[in-house]
Amino acid sequence: MLLVLAIVVLFPFFALLLASFKPSTELLRYGLNLKLQAHLMSFKNYIYLFQDGAKYLTWYKNSLIITAVGTVLSLLFSSMVGYALAVYDFKGRNATFILVLAVMMIPTEILMLPLYKLMVSFKMINTYWGVIVPTMVAPIAIFFFRQYALGLPRELLDAARIDGCSEFRIFFSIMVPLMKPAFGAMAILQAMGYWNSFLWPTVVLRTEDMFTLPIGLSGLLTPYGNNYDILISGSLLTILPIIILFMFFQRYFISGLTVGGVKG
Amino acid sequence: MENKLDYSIQAVSRKQKKNRIIFSQKVAPYIFVSPFILSFLIFFLYPSISTIIMSFQEVLPGETKFVGIENYKKLFNPHFYAALRNTTIYTIWTLIILIPLPLILAVILNSRAVPGRNFFRSAYFIPALTSTIVVGIVFRLIFGELESAPANTLLKLLGLPAQQWTMHWGTGMFLMVFLASWKWLGVNILYFLSGLQNIPKELYESAEMDGAGVFRKFFYITLPLLKPVVIYVLTISIFGGFRMYEESFVFWQNQSPGDIGLTLVGYIYKEGFMNNDMGFGSAIGIVLLIIVFVINIIQLKITGAFGKEG
Repeated sequence: MLLVLAIVVLFPFFALLLASFKPSTELLRYGLNLKLQAHLMSFKNYIYLFQDGAKYLTWYKNSLIITAVGTVLSLLFSSMVGYALAVYDFKGRNATFILVLAVMMIPTEILMLPLYKLMVSFKMINTYWGVIVPTMVAPIAIFFFRQYALGLPRELLDAARIDGCSEFRIFFSIMVPLMKPAFGAMAILQAMGYWNSFLWPTVVLRTEDMFTLPIGLSGLLTPYGNNYDILISGSLLTILPIIILFMFFQRYFISGLTVGGVKG
Repeated sequence: MENKLDYSIQAVSRKQKKNRIIFSQKVAPYIFVSPFILSFLIFFLYPSISTIIMSFQEVLPGETKFVGIENYKKLFNPHFYAALRNTTIYTIWTLIILIPLPLILAVILNSRAVPGRNFFRSAYFIPALTSTIVVGIVFRLIFGELESAPANTLLKLLGLPAQQWTMHWGTGMFLMVFLASWKWLGVNILYFLSGLQNIPKELYESAEMDGAGVFRKFFYITLPLLKPVVIYVLTISIFGGFRMYEESFVFWQNQSPGDIGLTLVGYIYKEGFMNNDMGFGSAIGIVLLIIVFVINIIQLKITGAFGKEG
């Protein structure tokens, strides 16, 4: 049963891989068939992606920039907030935590119209910042970092204070390294979110040369299903980086989720 | 020379004093949480208030005027009903599939007797990593209209007629639910697995000594102790369901036949950006907000999160 399910789960990836080597005329006429037709298969679809005038590489670059900058900033800010909520006793701590939970509980899609107007007045429409800024303090990540930081050893904090470390030194040079597994898990989650996000970037990014991969590829989808040559190979290359990232951080990811994920 | 050194020492100590205040235990936590507070005020509170106001306005480029509850009156139309119905039914289906199935799989994967546990965990998780848009492209091919498309070939093998998947309400709903189930199965398995690992083994051992079988152990130990995780997964699944958009977009963009793929978020997008009716779009958003809020309260009440166990 496990194996059958694994085959079902992995089947679309296999189909994608197979189709990416076949000419699109074949796909249009006969649909996707799973025969290995060696005489028809070639790298042509991949070559299309890198031709002059193809926007695919531009989209790839845009996706990479937004994902890298967005992930780094959201890890920095969310870990700071989560750490403070876990470690310090300060006036307004509980109120802040309740606000974090409240934001977590409301689908932000509801706010996309006023957010769009706000971005227009900030002149951030059609910029990378327009995609990143409203999403870079992620409540879910804050929550996760807080859960994780609750388990940090307080003795280290006190010892460092006696040594005269500032609170920021303590955070960046002592606590951040201790929270490595949490950073690993959240790095995957946040990178995944930015790499795959669709609705908000669609709202913000207006011109073809600013599109990210999901927007660019979705623009090639038409009711008639043409463009399959670029779509299929382009899709496959879109999946790759995130899978590589996952393989790289996988160990942290699963252990990190176990510690902080679901105790709330 | 000496004076200069003196001066610079003074400057350093002045700087240190300033640093000591900013970096002190009193002030530091506020600086740490300031990114959230700023982002909350600018990107959450302000838009929330402004969407409430906009829902009572007619918003045209350059001018807005109050129209009272006109936007809310407009909600009584077949498109809105279709969006509400599709979103609700979709959410219910994802709950029916995405809670019991991953739970059972997690229990199986948690037992040491299963070979290749780590392989299966990763394999089931990989779909969650991929963009719904990208995955939808493959699903469109698999569920293509031609009789030779893989899904229709399978139906033929089972002796069933070929389907035009994206043309009918039932098959359309199936496509969206199937895509979502396929994508999120592995994530929910991981959540349940992490919960299972926190259950003390001794409980099972003593139950075994009392002669409890697999089913009794599951219903009397596993399920009750997993309750917090189940509640968590239930909560995020309801959210996921009501904010659904991409699963519909990949099959129909924004124009499904007879609204079979219209969702509430899709409807906001359509009215707000395609028809330029931001006031009406905001009204839809407010209704969606109320729905999610009410469901949350009900769910928290029923599952007892307001009680002592919370």
